[in-house]
Amino acid sequence: MAGPNSFYGPIDPAADAGWTEAPPRMGFFTDTSVCIGCKACEVACKEWNAVPDDGFDLLGMSYDNTGQLSANTWRHVAFIEQAAPPSEAAMDVLREAEASVSTQFLGMPSSTLPGSSGREDRDLRWLMMSNVCKHCTHAACLDVCPTGSLFRTEYGTVVVQEDICNGCGYCVSACPYGVIDRREDDGRAWKCTLCYDRIGEGMTPACAQACPTQSIQYGELDELRDRADKRVEVLHQRGVPEARLYGHDPADGVGGDGAFFLLLDEPEVYGLPPDPVVTTRDLPAMWKHAGVAALTMAAAAVVAFLGRRP
Amino acid sequence: MAEAHPVGFQWVMEAKKRGATVIHVDPRYTRTSAVADQYVGLRVGSDIAFLGGVINYILQNELDFREYVVPYTNAATIVSERFADTEDLGGLFSGYNPDKGVYDPVSWQYEGQEQHAPSRGDTHMQRETGAGLQQESHGPPVPAGVNRDETLQHPRCVYQILKRHYARYTPEVVEQVCGVPREQFLKVCEAWTRNSGRERTTALVYSVGWTQHTVGVQYIRTGAIIQLLLGNMGRPGGGIMALRGHASIQGSTDIPTLFNLLPGYLPMPHFQQHETFDQWVDAIRHPGQKGFWNNARTYAVSLLKAYFGEHATADNDWGYDYLPRLTGDHGTYQQVLNMIDGKVKGYFLLGQNPAVGSAHGRAQRLGMANLDWLVVRDLYMIESATFWKDSPEIETGEIVTEECRTEVFFLPAASHVEKEGTFTQTQRMLQWREKALDPPQDCRSELWFFYHLGRLVRERLAASDLERDRAVMNLAWSYPTSGQHAEPDAEAVLKEINGYDVASSVPLSSYTQLKDDGSTACGCWIYSGVFADGVNQAARRKPGSEQSWVAPEWGWVWPANRRILYNRASADPHGVPWSPRKAYVWWDADKGEWTGHDNPDFEKTKEPSYRPAEDATGVAALRGDDAFIMQGDGKGWLYAPQGLIDGPLPTHYEPAESPLRNPLYAQQANPTRKVYDRPDNQLNPTPPDAHSEVFPYIFTTSRLTEHHTAGGMSRQLAYLSELQPAMFVEVSPALAEERGLEHLGWAHVVTGRAAVEARVMVTARLRPLRLDGRVIHQIWLPYHWGGSGLITGDSANDLFGITLDPNVLIQESKVGTCDIRPGRRPTGRALLDYIADYLRRAGLDASHYAPLETPGAGE
Repeated sequence: MAGPNSFYGPIDPAADAGWTEAPPRMGFFTDTSVCIGCKACEVACKEWNAVPDDGFDLLGMSYDNTGQLSANTWRHVAFIEQAAPPSEAAMDVLREAEASVSTQFLGMPSSTLPGSSGREDRDLRWLMMSNVCKHCTHAACLDVCPTGSLFRTEYGTVVVQEDICNGCGYCVSACPYGVIDRREDDGRAWKCTLCYDRIGEGMTPACAQACPTQSIQYGELDELRDRADKRVEVLHQRGVPEARLYGHDPADGVGGDGAFFLLLDEPEVYGLPPDPVVTTRDLPAMWKHAGVAALTMAAAAVVAFLGRRP
Repeated sequence: MAEAHPVGFQWVMEAKKRGATVIHVDPRYTRTSAVADQYVGLRVGSDIAFLGGVINYILQNELDFREYVVPYTNAATIVSERFADTEDLGGLFSGYNPDKGVYDPVSWQYEGQEQHAPSRGDTHMQRETGAGLQQESHGPPVPAGVNRDETLQHPRCVYQILKRHYARYTPEVVEQVCGVPREQFLKVCEAWTRNSGRERTTALVYSVGWTQHTVGVQYIRTGAIIQLLLGNMGRPGGGIMALRGHASIQGSTDIPTLFNLLPGYLPMPHFQQHETFDQWVDAIRHPGQKGFWNNARTYAVSLLKAYFGEHATADNDWGYDYLPRLTGDHGTYQQVLNMIDGKVKGYFLLGQNPAVGSAHGRAQRLGMANLDWLVVRDLYMIESATFWKDSPEIETGEIVTEECRTEVFFLPAASHVEKEGTFTQTQRMLQWREKALDPPQDCRSELWFFYHLGRLVRERLAASDLERDRAVMNLAWSYPTSGQHAEPDAEAVLKEINGYDVASSVPLSSYTQLKDDGSTACGCWIYSGVFADGVNQAARRKPGSEQSWVAPEWGWVWPANRRILYNRASADPHGVPWSPRKAYVWWDADKGEWTGHDNPDFEKTKEPSYRPAEDATGVAALRGDDAFIMQGDGKGWLYAPQGLIDGPLPTHYEPAESPLRNPLYAQQANPTRKVYDRPDNQLNPTPPDAHSEVFPYIFTTSRLTEHHTAGGMSRQLAYLSELQPAMFVEVSPALAEERGLEHLGWAHVVTGRAAVEARVMVTARLRPLRLDGRVIHQIWLPYHWGGSGLITGDSANDLFGITLDPNVLIQESKVGTCDIRPGRRPTGRALLDYIADYLRRAGLDASHYAPLETPGAGE
């Protein structure tokens, strides 16, 4: 266990931030294996939090037209169309259909890993995943915030206070997931609050409340981690060996996420960093190095003065 | 289902979590396909061939649930020796009359009952008046006594006819007609049959992708045949679930907004067939028939008592002559064509946006532009309210604002959270909803609108002594109102629907209490019981965790709060559950009554061994093992001797527009489909006619989760609009190459009716099929866009012409042929010239229409 105010390793973030008698840490477990891509989470989030729309742009990224998590999209559903080798019979038809034409780039986005072949029994897979702020155990956005606008709540979540944010943007570059973002017209940083105003009243966050298939589950993080382990086990037994958790491990580069996921492929396929590291992890070491350097210089100066003594 | 019914789909996901296998069969790879265990892509419009293949697989391998099939279906019933099948007549059944395009169904009858068949004149009238729909909840007339061979060996028993009819629907034929690889097809057959029987049941779910075809009713019939053969009807976990297009569409057939029905599936009287009250009632109850329709007189009298109150008396036949009469086809498409022809003066649109949502949008808009007046009640200024100033026809010059004669009244409507009342969902469940907010400004509920409209009309007519005004003046039109806008009390309306004792006003608890002497009034007999004990049963919300797994105290289900219809079939002929695992209702011999988890759909104390006397009729004629108690013979119908215009057995016909010659029969398309041969309703050429290559592709339309039908409720909301911000068309990579279409670029889709432009979405979710020795491409479009709202675009429904199913007059708007070209469509007059050029190349002119019967059929 790391010490107080540590920047890495497994800790209880609320206690680490100085909360005494904090309630259990709360979080999200997003099980993408049951996501049906309805986007009710995106809409419920915007309705509750009065988030502006993200513009009316057809992006051509399958059925995703909000693109990514941003100041104006705090839940984002990614759609990944994976073409896998079709059955022999289907292949024949494809060959015939394509016989007369050369291979040509049509501008369709492809999101399979290089060399990935997908599953043998399906020739198409459509992955859907509702992404959200990870509420990291070690949150770099919070670490770098100069105003104290970003703070750690008693539930272990990370929240921006919009009346304090000065729009400096340090948090934007600090986030290892590219989640927090400044809103163009007001310059301030915005992101998921894990519905701080709802959970304090014992309510479920808007996205989890609206999710029809329980893809988004809200609860005590320890309990969610147990539940997720069991779910992976079940999926493995049912012949879905590719099911794996992401962001659940307190020993990972961010000390584990408050919002973690069950994925059906590599994180990169979903646009997630494979091995995120809190960008402030090396701050203590850097300060130590800086301190050593300063001491060395001071010592050198002293020596220099000492050296002058006749 | 995940695409259009994401909230209901949670239960499919729940079942999947518990180990259920989910199979999705759809021309389009959707969000449902993404989470299904098996996805089967097939050609649009080929479902009967696919399902017929499943029937053939079941029968060839003798996988039917024989102990269920023999007693509970008409498999053993012998059919008239005059019956001849499509297999012998090139795709027609016996009795086809090419003049009117209808059948004389005399030869389809059960043996010895040919004299009970309706005449050919009747079937023509039935098609015109959508009479098939009246059979939705009750079997058409069949006398009680029929000849049966329970060994199923008689060559003319239904089982053997079925077997012969589907013998050619082999896996190879399925592959050839549907484009489904045979191993994929066999996997479905194996899963479906393996999961059916004593211990297990399989549920079938369909949506309007099945209904909106010229053979829509027969699609569902084919599904019903499979479910009956496998013993999946009337049992928990089985059944056929119809997912509707909107909230309470089930409710709008129960208490109908349809021209041919009255509440509770009582037929709207026809001016010739039902001249008198007795003729009308006897046409419903069919004296001599088995089952509960025998009590139709009590339902009918009580309905008229609810309508006309004290003015409904025995002396005036309960006000029967106040009811309007059908004279022919008054369906929505006929009305639109009548509008174009200047035969209709006024039109009410309530929560409907035909300018975008109905087939042949141009005809819809031209019709609405030729009225005296139009009333639109909606949440927003939808396209059907503004067509006179901004429709596509303004651009082409076909509608000129200054000259458009229609006076449009727009009346803002209260939304579903701003009024109270019930929704009836697909399980026939009524759920009461409270009002959360007052409607803003001038927005009002439908109840308010109709109550006050009726009140004002009656005030205007108060001094009239004209006989024709009696019907309106004699209506029972008194409802309590409250608040500053005098909002009528919705619960008072529900109480009237439930029914009450006229003398005491005490609510009834069941339709069995209805009388035919005028002492009871009831607005909809099947809803009787929703206000039992004076309690709004639809408002019950007891959590599932606090009651049995059937959850009878959540809402209220018609009839009699019965959650599964025909649930007598969940027990064997002796009244014992088929298996402990699937026990639902059963015969308790000690108590001498039916009991179980649900309300038994059978006479409470009728023993399984009961056999009626020779001359018994009505309910008394039902045997103790006649599980399908509303059917004329008490059996589930594998073969329908009556009630369908287009044949007793589902048969694969090509859609009205198809690039393919029917691979199975000389008869190309449904020979009884309802056509409107008019120059403004050109259908693309289809084999055996020439020039089908001008429209070489198949297209279909459906929904996106992010939008709601014609978009009136979603294109006005930023949070939904941003999620699917533009009209697009999905094409396969192969078609994109063939036609030079670029991802996110523009393309336009062309038919004989319209050209519709859209952004291109190239996706592997659409895949070419090989059929008839060639590659066939399918195109998919959403139909949510129109000219108003935050996001606008062309309407996909403009692409369709008008051809209808003969049974229920639903339009074929899920399949058509088209061309697709890169770039945007022409605008203004040039657009009309562009389409005219297509019509010319396709050889379509005002004098040639596709024949109903095609060469070689009937031989």
